[in-house]
Amino acid sequence: MQLIRCPWCGSREEVEFHYGGQAHVSYPENPAELSDAEWARYVFFRANPRGPLAERWVHAAGCRRWFNAVRDTSTHELLAVYRIGEPQPEVAR
Amino acid sequence: MTENVRPLPSGPGADLPEHPKFLWRNPDPKPSYDVVIVGGGGHGLATAYYLAKNHGITNVAVLEKGWLAGGNMARNTTIIRSNYLWDESSGIYEHSLKLWEGLEEDLGYPILFSQRGVLNLAHSLQDVRDSVRRVNANRLNGIDAEWVDPAQVKELCPIVNISPDVRYPVLGATYQPRAGIAKHDYVAWGFARGANEYGIDLIQNCEVTGIDVVGGKVVGLQTTRGRIATGKVALAAAGHSSVLASMVGLSLPIQSHPLQALVSELLEPIHPTVVMSNAVHVYVSQAHKGELVMGAGIDSYNGYGQRGAFHIIERQMSAALELFPVFARAHLLRSWAGIVDTTPDASPIVGLTPIENLYLNCGWGTGGFKATPGVGWCFAHTVAHDQAHPYNAPFTLDRFTTGALVDEHGAAAVAH
Repeated sequence: MQLIRCPWCGSREEVEFHYGGQAHVSYPENPAELSDAEWARYVFFRANPRGPLAERWVHAAGCRRWFNAVRDTSTHELLAVYRIGEPQPEVAR
Repeated sequence: MTENVRPLPSGPGADLPEHPKFLWRNPDPKPSYDVVIVGGGGHGLATAYYLAKNHGITNVAVLEKGWLAGGNMARNTTIIRSNYLWDESSGIYEHSLKLWEGLEEDLGYPILFSQRGVLNLAHSLQDVRDSVRRVNANRLNGIDAEWVDPAQVKELCPIVNISPDVRYPVLGATYQPRAGIAKHDYVAWGFARGANEYGIDLIQNCEVTGIDVVGGKVVGLQTTRGRIATGKVALAAAGHSSVLASMVGLSLPIQSHPLQALVSELLEPIHPTVVMSNAVHVYVSQAHKGELVMGAGIDSYNGYGQRGAFHIIERQMSAALELFPVFARAHLLRSWAGIVDTTPDASPIVGLTPIENLYLNCGWGTGGFKATPGVGWCFAHTVAHDQAHPYNAPFTLDRFTTGALVDEHGAAAVAH
């Protein structure tokens, strides 16, 4: 089990967290104007790279706050954590 | 002493028999093929076999970045069943099960297919309702399925704890008698041997690094062993499908996750069937050799690392112990993870793509092994005719746009 650094609580065990999938996916600005293909993209399609992925986590058994992280999906290593609203940090691969 | 007499063998191992005959050649890639299949796992090998056998297409290469059947084909829990809810799924999974029933004869190779039955346990009132509904749906589709009560569960598998005094008591189960297990390596080797006999090149240690598209049409592949020109490309790369598809700018509604499984040490035969439980989340059978084979749920995060977190196994073991108290003294021998390609509706994507001559087979997620012969059959048809087989026609990529999903989360057994 790896340690995940909550931006508020510090490093805690992975079991205290829940995964929230890809970060920075915002609700469409003009939902009424979206085509079916655009809706499909918003609802069903998420990034699935082998390498760094910006994603959401929630410290469910701690402060219960959401935050973002950049994690390398090939090694599962957390490269950066940052609070909601902060820009995605550049990470060295 | 005459010259014709061979000297007696000497030295360690000299009295051992010769190396057995290799099941397939290990060729270098040719500059060009009619069809190239990317991914030398069960699905890729079965597709190659049926391309040759059913469609007479033999100028085919299967490219594998590692060794044949070393990915999910070597890592699954070998459970075979067809008791899915919807008609679309019944079609392809039952087709597959029927092929399993004749596969050993067809391949001329032992695969240790054992129809020992599969129990899917229900632990809550909602589980019971959903399970009974699924049994009825299966029967309407001509698939053998029964609802069994806890006493019958105990009869079929005496080591299951059906006491009401546990956190998630067994309230009954669906039972598919024709379901079972097979020896996954032998299945892969049987298909590989069969494909090889038709002259198909199985090329290992050959990773695809690029897909050449000219005028919206696939014309070749860049690989770590050089460029290969080809008329058609069939992707069968499971957990790595998104990575391959991104080479042609195609995004897929797939998330790749680690899925863990483990085996115990070798034990006397104690487990006569296959038991799966969605709610407490473990599935168990006993391999022919004697190991208890157990599968867990997926690790929650996306990952390509072929390893998962220990707490997943810990929870899986506590679930297994509640169902099977007799396992308390069994020792874990080894655990591992495969990378599964999960889709939003827990159904696969098999068919054409927006790019001409590029075909896609992915999204089998946590349950692709059972489909091996069935999808090989249908995917080969799709590639040969540039048109989906009726059994895989519902499983298009554009169902996520049209909304015609085939939601099999209830029957998929591994929650994701």
